[in-house]
Amino acid sequence: MLYYIIRRSIAAALMLAVISVVTFFMFYAGPTDPARLTCGKNCTPVSIEANRKALGLDKPVPAQYAAFVKGLVVARDYPDDPVFQKQNPDKVTHCPAPCLGYSVLETKLVTDIVKERLPVTVSITMGAFVLWIVLGVGFGIVAALRRGGIADRGLVSIALVLYSFPAFFIALLMYNYLSTKWGLLPPPAYVPLLESPVQWAQGLFLPWLSLASLYAASYIRLTRAYMLETMGEDYLRTARAKGLNERTVVMKHTLRAALTPIVTIAGLDLGGLLAGAAITETVFNFQGFGRAVVNSVQVFDLPVIVALVLVAAFFIVLANLVVDVLYGVIDPRVRLV
Amino acid sequence: MISDTLTADPMTSSSRTGDSRKPFLQVKDLHVHFPTDDGLVRAVDGLDFTLERGQTVGIVGESGSGKSVASLAILGLHRRSKAKMSGQILLEGEDLLTVSNERIRALRGNQMAMVFQDPLSALHPYYTIGNQIVEAYRIHHDVSKQVAKKRAIEMLERVGIPNPNRRVDQYPHEFSGGMRQRAMIAMALVNDPKLLIADEPTTALDVTVQAQILALMKDLQKEFGSAIILITHDLGVVADVADDIIVMYAGKCVEKGSVDEVFYSPQHPYTWGLLASMPRLDKVRTDRLDPIPGNPPSLINLPSGCAFNPRCAHRHEVEGDRCRTEVPELIETTQGQSARCHIDAARREEIYAQMSGQKP
Repeated sequence: MLYYIIRRSIAAALMLAVISVVTFFMFYAGPTDPARLTCGKNCTPVSIEANRKALGLDKPVPAQYAAFVKGLVVARDYPDDPVFQKQNPDKVTHCPAPCLGYSVLETKLVTDIVKERLPVTVSITMGAFVLWIVLGVGFGIVAALRRGGIADRGLVSIALVLYSFPAFFIALLMYNYLSTKWGLLPPPAYVPLLESPVQWAQGLFLPWLSLASLYAASYIRLTRAYMLETMGEDYLRTARAKGLNERTVVMKHTLRAALTPIVTIAGLDLGGLLAGAAITETVFNFQGFGRAVVNSVQVFDLPVIVALVLVAAFFIVLANLVVDVLYGVIDPRVRLV
Repeated sequence: MISDTLTADPMTSSSRTGDSRKPFLQVKDLHVHFPTDDGLVRAVDGLDFTLERGQTVGIVGESGSGKSVASLAILGLHRRSKAKMSGQILLEGEDLLTVSNERIRALRGNQMAMVFQDPLSALHPYYTIGNQIVEAYRIHHDVSKQVAKKRAIEMLERVGIPNPNRRVDQYPHEFSGGMRQRAMIAMALVNDPKLLIADEPTTALDVTVQAQILALMKDLQKEFGSAIILITHDLGVVADVADDIIVMYAGKCVEKGSVDEVFYSPQHPYTWGLLASMPRLDKVRTDRLDPIPGNPPSLINLPSGCAFNPRCAHRHEVEGDRCRTEVPELIETTQGQSARCHIDAARREEIYAQMSGQKP
């Protein structure tokens, strides 16, 4: 088991390394000149070249990647150029490990941008996750147990409707009616959890609800399908033949088997969302990862793009790793070579 | 003749000698019908038999003849909302078709237990063998997990699983097919049930393992004195283990009697067909096996009259069109043996003598 986890972790780390190489080269090989983007309207060729030298962009791309990795692992200083550093010691920014880069456009460390945005994204994602698992799996079980009944048909229809609409539409609809028109929910706003847990939850409730309803819709259908599949299994007949009551047959024997595949899907969905829910963040005006990605792409803020892609990849690879290990724990047949 | 000498055997005669007391299990005129969108499925359509403790009855028939449905009805495993059941299933005088769900649940697994056909799909893949046996024991016994686990190990040892202390914590997929079926039997017997229903217990196993499992079941029956209903389509298995045989066709019993009676003087053309289609070591291999022509009928649209008539090679033996118009009654021919056929009993003996004469 331990060997399995170690092996999977190494594979995950390698995967991240490959992703970092690919993104780094891809973006620096792009059609823009990073040095041109460093000064505003009054750029002269001279100042561009000066900036290029100061930022170390004149070096070959592999050397730049090496500096980037050094920053990730050890630390680095910005600007990169040792001559500039010597001449203007007061203008040097120290970037401790893990240093994700320096955004010239925002004149701050990318690490700081990530640090700002991470709590917002994690707050939105985790709350929505809890909500959609509870609603999606719960209603899915109800639908399966009442198969063909009114509850089943109602839930499946609602799920289909929610599933069919685009995310921004549902988010806008909820924003407009639940908050603005009917005043049932407080307007969405981000308040840090440590500042006020109540306001944190209140301000986040709308994004949670709109994101969760979208995911819950597909989880209702998934859970229902897996439940029905399991309910036809022979081992449930065996369980009944032992004299178990129906409650135990459903809550223990059926759920155990039906929910196992849900764990996989939930883990991957969670990882994906941690990489940023751009649409929901935009509709409710939250400054999370999703917004940061969209913004940085619009203005070609290359260091930010590279860093955010890496962070997103990190979450997805991590989610994969966790799901793999978890699956080995919950399904004895997967254990483990 | 033959049957006279056989009834002297104490095992087979016990069910027939005068009954002042109630039989252990008595199934009377059992009907199990399933209403479906296509029509009413008459899965079991009038089944009668009795069974004493220490005895084994084999129910034989093709797929869809109603054997499994009948056994699930005894265990009360049909949903009462989906299956229409009538008749009586008397277990020690208690009618299982009318008792409450709670009561039958208390009996299930405790007084009567079941061994299923495919032990891999019948055991829960996510729980250890020990866990599943412990669960079965603790439903009906108020004991701690440790005590129940000891009991599980004891049972695993009893059914011949080596290293039960270690095996008890393994999962079904870590067992071989035969070991799995042994574990299944251990689970069924953990509460000392008086009635054991085995639904094709050896079908998913290879032949050498089959023999071991059958021997094990015979041993355990002697030890625990349980009554066994053995459901199978394998006549060889029944011949080996059962005392009485019920041959089912299209939801009805077409012939019943002791094993020797049914094997040596079968009365129904369907039974003849079954026997002719079975390879036998005690006869010279002269010819190909004779399959019964045609397919089992749809249980929604049964042929009128005798359900077997479209496939029966001896239909012409009956005057007029009775086979097609009149459902034959189950009529006792010799003591204890009975068959559901319009052909005159004496004539049937002639035909069968002729048939077995042709193919010694």
